Amino acid sequence: MANHTPAAFENQPMWAGGRSPFNVSYGKLMMWIFLLSDAFTFSSLLVQYGAQRFSNVETAVTTVWPDPASIFNHFPFMHGLHLPLLFVSVMTFILIMSSVTMVLAVEAGHRKSKKEVQTYMIYTIIGGVMFLSCQAWEWYTFIHEGARLYGNTFGITEQGYNHLHSVGFADHFEWAPGDRTDGPVPFAALFFIVTGFHGFHVFSGVVINVVVYIMTVRGVFERRGHYEMIEKAGLYWHFVDLVWVFVFTFFYLI
Amino acid sequence: MSTAALHAEHEAHHEHKESFISKYVFSMDHKMISKQFLITGIIMGMIGMIMSLLFRLQLAWPDDQFSIIEMLLGKWGVDGKLDPNFYMGLVTIHGTIMVFYVLTAGLSGTFSNLLIPLQVGARDMASPFMNMLSYWFFFMSSVVLLISVGVETGPASGGWTVYPPLSALDKAMPGSGLGMTLWLVAIVLFIVSSLLGGINYISTVLNQRTKGMSMNRMPLTIWAFFFTAVLGLLSFPVLLGAGLFLIFDRSFGTSFYLSDIYLEGVGALENIGGSPVLYQHLFWFLGHPEVYIILMPALGITSEVISNNARKPIFGYTAMIISLLGISFLSFIVWGHHMFITGMNPFLGSVFMILTLIIAVPSAVKAFNYLTTLWRGNLRFTPAMLFSIGLVSFFISGGLTGIYLGNAALDIQMHDSYFVVAHFHLVMGSAAIFGMFAGIYHWFPRMYGRMMNNTLGYFHFWITFITAYLVFFPMHFMGLAGVPRRYYQFTLVEDFDVWVDVNKLITVSAIIAGFAQLLFLYNFFISIFRGKKSAQNPWGANTLEWTSPIDVRLHGNWPGELPTVYRGPYEYSRPDREEDFFPQHIPDESAPEVLETEKSKKAPAEKEAEAETSVFFAAVKRVFGLG
Repeated sequence: MANHTPAAFENQPMWAGGRSPFNVSYGKLMMWIFLLSDAFTFSSLLVQYGAQRFSNVETAVTTVWPDPASIFNHFPFMHGLHLPLLFVSVMTFILIMSSVTMVLAVEAGHRKSKKEVQTYMIYTIIGGVMFLSCQAWEWYTFIHEGARLYGNTFGITEQGYNHLHSVGFADHFEWAPGDRTDGPVPFAALFFIVTGFHGFHVFSGVVINVVVYIMTVRGVFERRGHYEMIEKAGLYWHFVDLVWVFVFTFFYLI
Repeated sequence: MSTAALHAEHEAHHEHKESFISKYVFSMDHKMISKQFLITGIIMGMIGMIMSLLFRLQLAWPDDQFSIIEMLLGKWGVDGKLDPNFYMGLVTIHGTIMVFYVLTAGLSGTFSNLLIPLQVGARDMASPFMNMLSYWFFFMSSVVLLISVGVETGPASGGWTVYPPLSALDKAMPGSGLGMTLWLVAIVLFIVSSLLGGINYISTVLNQRTKGMSMNRMPLTIWAFFFTAVLGLLSFPVLLGAGLFLIFDRSFGTSFYLSDIYLEGVGALENIGGSPVLYQHLFWFLGHPEVYIILMPALGITSEVISNNARKPIFGYTAMIISLLGISFLSFIVWGHHMFITGMNPFLGSVFMILTLIIAVPSAVKAFNYLTTLWRGNLRFTPAMLFSIGLVSFFISGGLTGIYLGNAALDIQMHDSYFVVAHFHLVMGSAAIFGMFAGIYHWFPRMYGRMMNNTLGYFHFWITFITAYLVFFPMHFMGLAGVPRRYYQFTLVEDFDVWVDVNKLITVSAIIAGFAQLLFLYNFFISIFRGKKSAQNPWGANTLEWTSPIDVRLHGNWPGELPTVYRGPYEYSRPDREEDFFPQHIPDESAPEVLETEKSKKAPAEKEAEAETSVFFAAVKRVFGLG
């Protein structure tokens, strides 16, 4: 009901009531609050990742954990080449570029330029879809290589095996360097769940962007007199990008 | 949108007739949604209470047969004896219902919805649509949970905390199958509901306050609901994360929470590498704030009711807010005290212990402020006031045992014993439900325009108050003697057999308490239709909810402009006033209103900053010879 648009804020002390203390509409405030909550969801997933990886005796040694660079080294149409993390870098670049186009859409919305908003929203949507497609290919390749939720066929590195052996731990597991038997189990499961959960967010973001795009085309925001909806979608989209930076760091770099 | 435009819109809105569906079912009026939450909460509360009576019967007379058990439970109560697995299920679902469905959604959902817009002077929640969704997600969640009680293998039975591996392995116990899956579905729906509600509460409090309702003029109820919503918003997502991994463990073969498990002597599965303790960390990161999510709205309601009925300003308004803030903050960093015996590093244990004991400080501030508000007050013992005083009593007696349990060394002895059961049933169970009753008795006129019967209210209070102590106080002694919680039958254990008489006392008291709630139900439902018509401001309260007409239903709360607020909510018995209360919306003729001074009209801070900036730039230009 009480829709405070920024223009309606009365000229009185910030926190004295009768206006928004942050000069934002309730919708934008709600998006910020939701993102705060969502940040805690992702934090809990990443904390679980950290706990799984660093609190278990057998995976506490970093070298025991499979080396992402040697697993994610494929690139479409370049079979057999060792291109560590190249593909995921392309993915990341696409996602970040889609954030840039989103900023441009928001800025165009401030100028109420419907045409530019449409153009940049289309770019953003394309970026999101490309990212999701890349993720699908990445998952496909990973599964093809033998990744499963309930096991890890990437084995451990030789260094890791030697370390476990030296502390007398290797006897408990039938691990051997090189042979691709079970390594640390949660490796692939964590990858699938956390990147999957992020992918689900990207997917929702794309759906939101498509809806917002259609609303723009049909002139809803023009009639409304402001393009705030683009800003709200943009907040969500940037958040999803920001989360990817963390997911990327944890799963590919460390 | 200006108020005038809103008013016009509202008038236009009011003219067309609302259908039954939009008025009572998919209503977007926060007042109706609060009633929906309340009645659903009451129904869930009755179910939870009946469950507790069933397992109390088992504990008191384990060798007797009760035809009512067979009648109610069918194959779970063959020959009138409660099935052991279903006993576990009852305990689990009783806990889940009471913690989440009654004292979180029922309490917060009802009173946040009713009071936030009315007390801050808003037409409705920031987003009435999301508010409606919040209720219906809660409703679906309740339905799923109740269905889970009826499935063939029984409901989830690993305790309301659903620790793995019991909850993660289908074969661990009968309830770990479909019942557990439905439990998880219900909780996910519940988290969505709580998220939608919480976002709404926070943005309404921040954004929709009426003119003059600065943060330090908000009633303490609103402060409590605000912090509660923040806690829920930040802690429930973590439960969602934990639940997500648990679902994968259950259904997709991962082993995040599973490692080296033997089931019936056989090494269960290939699950290696996981840690059930990790689940406990995540669960209690929600679980501890959750107890304050339950308690804080009750504390807020109590502040309001006690101040109103003592006809005195609340003692230490700012201290009350700061203590709420302190409790909220500390609640996030003390979860480890639920896990002292999980093999936690003793140093970490002592850190958690110290942080836990620090919570006693803000809690004591609240307790003393209640007492000092009562001190030499002009007390008016309405049922709401009695329930509030009851809350203070439970808060103190239950809180003291919290100091015992917060000690790592003592907790190792008392963990998982009846001492814990006694502690949390007093401090968050009874206290919060008394807060809820206080709220219902106090704001019933505001909800339904009628009064509840006082005499029945007094009976309800005294019986409930006495029986609650009779039920939970003896449990302290049982716990100190080492009686563990969640056991099906104590007569089989020689050491615990001596407690059978105490168990009988507890069960009889619980049954009497149950009958007392029937008084309440009768009073509640009859008063909705037949209660005495209430005056506009029956309690002589200062807050804004009593300025919106209570006899007509008005989506938009105030027929004309929104009221303007001129002072804090607790100005009772001011010596310069004839009446002993001074409502927030009435301008004070004798004193100039701060809001309307020249200074504030011009928003001086911004103007000055602007001026300073331009002076600065002029200076810079002069330096570079550009001016």
